[in-house]
Amino acid sequence: MREHLPIARRAGRPALMTLPALALLAGCQRAVLDPAGDVALQQRNLIYASTGLMLLIIVPVMVLIVVFAWRYRQGNKTATYDPNFDHSTSLELVIWSAPLLIIIALGALTWSSTHLLDPFRPLDRVAAGRPVAPGVKPLHVQVVALDWKWLFIYPEQGIATVNELALPVDRPVRFDITSTNMMNTFYAPTLAGMVYAMPGMQSTLHAVLNRPGEFEGFSANYSGAGFSDMRFKLRGLAPAEFDRWVGEAKASGRTLPTATYLQLEKPSEKVPAIRFAAVQPELFDRIVNRCVAPGTPCMSEVMARDQHAGGGNPHEMRAGAGMPQGRDAPPPRGSKPEGALFKDGNEIAPAPNITKPRQPQPPGVSQPASPSNRDMSSLLPPVSGTARAARG
Amino acid sequence: MFDQTLSKAIFGRLSFESFPIHEPILAITFVVVVLLGAGIVGAVTKYRLWGWLWRDWFTSVDHKKIGIMYMILGIIMLLRGFADALMMRLQQAIAFGGSEGYLPPHHYDQVFTAHGTIMIFFVAIPLVVGLINYVMPLQIGARDVAFPYLNNLSFWLTVSGALLVMVSLFVGEFSRAGWLNYVPVANLQNSPDTGPDYYLWALQIAGVGTTLSAINMVTTIIKMRAPGMTMMKMPVFCWTALCSNVLAIAIFPVLTGAFALLMLDRYVGTNFFTNDLGGNPMMYWNLVWIWGHPEVYVLVLPVFGIYSEITATFSGKPLFGYSSMVYATVVITILSYLVWLHHFFTMGSGASVNSFFGIATMVISIPTGAKIFNWLFTMYRGQIRFELPMMWVVAFMLTFVVGGMTGVLLAVPAADFVLHNSLFLVAHFHNVIIGGVVFGLFAGMTYWFPKAFGFKLDPWWGKVGFWGWVIGYWVAWTPIYVVGLMGTTRRINHFEDPTLQPWFVIALIGAVIILVGILGFVMSIVMGIVRREALADTTGDPWGGRTLEWSTSSPPPAYNFAFTPVVHALDAYYDMKDRGYERPAEGFRPIHMPRNTGAGVILSALALVLGFAMVWYMWWLAALSFVGMLVVAIGHTFNYDRDYFIAPEEVSRTEGARPAAAGA
Repeated sequence: MREHLPIARRAGRPALMTLPALALLAGCQRAVLDPAGDVALQQRNLIYASTGLMLLIIVPVMVLIVVFAWRYRQGNKTATYDPNFDHSTSLELVIWSAPLLIIIALGALTWSSTHLLDPFRPLDRVAAGRPVAPGVKPLHVQVVALDWKWLFIYPEQGIATVNELALPVDRPVRFDITSTNMMNTFYAPTLAGMVYAMPGMQSTLHAVLNRPGEFEGFSANYSGAGFSDMRFKLRGLAPAEFDRWVGEAKASGRTLPTATYLQLEKPSEKVPAIRFAAVQPELFDRIVNRCVAPGTPCMSEVMARDQHAGGGNPHEMRAGAGMPQGRDAPPPRGSKPEGALFKDGNEIAPAPNITKPRQPQPPGVSQPASPSNRDMSSLLPPVSGTARAARG
Repeated sequence: MFDQTLSKAIFGRLSFESFPIHEPILAITFVVVVLLGAGIVGAVTKYRLWGWLWRDWFTSVDHKKIGIMYMILGIIMLLRGFADALMMRLQQAIAFGGSEGYLPPHHYDQVFTAHGTIMIFFVAIPLVVGLINYVMPLQIGARDVAFPYLNNLSFWLTVSGALLVMVSLFVGEFSRAGWLNYVPVANLQNSPDTGPDYYLWALQIAGVGTTLSAINMVTTIIKMRAPGMTMMKMPVFCWTALCSNVLAIAIFPVLTGAFALLMLDRYVGTNFFTNDLGGNPMMYWNLVWIWGHPEVYVLVLPVFGIYSEITATFSGKPLFGYSSMVYATVVITILSYLVWLHHFFTMGSGASVNSFFGIATMVISIPTGAKIFNWLFTMYRGQIRFELPMMWVVAFMLTFVVGGMTGVLLAVPAADFVLHNSLFLVAHFHNVIIGGVVFGLFAGMTYWFPKAFGFKLDPWWGKVGFWGWVIGYWVAWTPIYVVGLMGTTRRINHFEDPTLQPWFVIALIGAVIILVGILGFVMSIVMGIVRREALADTTGDPWGGRTLEWSTSSPPPAYNFAFTPVVHALDAYYDMKDRGYERPAEGFRPIHMPRNTGAGVILSALALVLGFAMVWYMWWLAALSFVGMLVVAIGHTFNYDRDYFIAPEEVSRTEGARPAAAGA
């Protein structure tokens, strides 16, 4: 049969395809596989380790597929044909436990790496073997994903840029990230993994850049018309050069007060890099709380008001925390009535037959559609106890 | 003024501008499609086939006919979805440096959304449901599914959804928010156009169909197995069909709810998924992925069942580790419901939550690996005949394990922080969907085609199809893995870095090779029909099958089995052949059959009108069609003429017409 040749080709193809691909990568873009950032480097190592662990099982399986398909083909009369071989407990044990062991190893690796590389977790090392020196404060950068460009605010330096992110080499950075309208991801592949930028919410990323150079960053979540051009330049600068760059931005003369920001916020595509010498204070907080435009209520205020009206912080450890006031508070009108057993003599009022009309004449009038025909007050009990007592 | 208001009231937001009068590509496509459609309609009219089509096919409640119609729908939509794929590959191959390519971004964004939507909802689901529809009742020895009318209705509702998506190509525009219609892009504020509305209405209508179909299949498998066929004597394909449909029942209401909430946002102005006024887009993501992850298992589990049947048959051995396969299927079903967050690890849920979902995702690979090993050991010490279905199985095994590996890699949250939404991810899921679901569907179609039509597919063209798909897949998608590892993200319509271009050109060449594969498959059907006498299956058992469907004639009679079989063992038909079973030649009784009905077609046509009217804000038409649907649905419940009996003489004639050696 012609089938035997194709099987060999079929087996070879996957292996052949991956090897030259990996080899070619050496000469091409290095962002993910040779990153300039320590976090990205640890993530790359994780990719290698996980792939290696899995290849331990995948490669033998693929070999076995080819071997069995070839050896037990109908044309091969030398192979045993055992039509009753359909069960083997020992084989089942191996089949289930081998992948289980690999997954246990991978699971342990997952747990530890996910916690170590959690974007919310401040860095404890600048690179392998170089922990963060005590007393070094991370550089603080606030990131806003607009439609369709990136705004970077340096609150400590008091400057801001659009589509240009400069970082000092070997200094940990903390990014606070939000968005105005669409969900984006803040991603510079060479620096660290990505985190979603979400409107009304603030995410965090800790990273450090270990090499100077010019790198790429972009959004990795489709966000509309200008998505493909939503790119920023990541510039790695030695600390002295970074200070010089900050100085250049301060000398640019352009400022970012609220009015300019509101202009910037309007949808635009393919925006070139811009630098701002001064930024509206607390602009980022107002963006997260969606109250940049004057007169709009801040989300945090609205939420605080709602929480107060709803009974306070539900996480406080006291009974009734978060419950509306009504639980413990007196009734809105009058005082809380006492239980009947505790009433004094003068508090006990006669209970009339409520079907007896309180007015001398019947409540209705003979005129049809008269509103006084809808007056049900003679049938309803009176609102306050005092009135009843007075009537006796 | 009055004129404007009147035309707005009648036509909603539909106007001349809604038609593609400014887009030459679309306008020409529209004209071609209209001419083709007119040609088909004209031919059907000329040969007076409308009566036959209506009586024998459109109104049929026979699971076999409905299964075939599902397959036809799936194959036609495959051509449309693949056209979108070719357009995307071409655009991404040429749009480098300053070039913007030939597809404007607005159009490109609709193309990738339509590609994903069509491929999952109108290719994969109909093909899988169609195969289950055709094969499962035969495999359990039943005469039809539990609710034949519901089966017909489910099919036509799916067709309505597909038609709505097809119409969106020409009238108005389709969604640009990705195949899951992501918010905030799909919010009313950001996409006030018809796109997300088309998407939502098409999928709500089709979703109702799929949910009803799932209920139908589960009931059939649980209640209508032949006597003696306990659950653990059921063919593995039926187990996987059961688990897949149970999963479908569990998840489609979630999708329906999520879409309903988004519809409320868009039509009524509620704030479920908006950025302000208390809304939260993250909720939408959670809801659709609670649907979305189990959905891929809904698709892949029946395909695993197909592989089990084919491997056992063509190795000449029973499936290795039947109980283990059943348990693995059930474990996969349950676990798949617990892993949805791995689609958005980067949303910042915190390390412990991410770890839980990551580890849970990896655990699914254990029963899946067990299945691969079981197929391997079914082949071990077998006598493997490499007919086309078995070739598809080996190609699947080699391709799918790589996809599974990259999936487990993506399940490590810290690795996903680098690879989320990249082309690596896109390559991964195409790896498992093409290598898993598509290869399996082709295997299943080749395997069961002779049963359905009485002749095999042309083997030479079938092999052209096979090699086109297998070579094409590897050539098209390996470069995409590579560029993904370089950090390239998805849904981009033009690139800056020219060093990436060679990879995309290779991917385009691969896509063209896949096109050859698709055309090969289509030709195998055409040449099969042309050469059907030479390829005829007269015995009903062309492959040496082991399960009950092979005991019927090819194609089976309307009633499937003259006598309901009594089952004594797993691989019931193999057991029958082993014991020297002979078909009875007399003693036939009248067979109770359900009558055809047009209610499904009419209801679905009205649903199509309702969807279209709601998209275009033609409230009067929506209300009318909705009332019409109620009237037809309730009216149908008063139709007491639901069944008839096939007389014993006719049964005797049909059974007698089978060649004597067949089925014995």
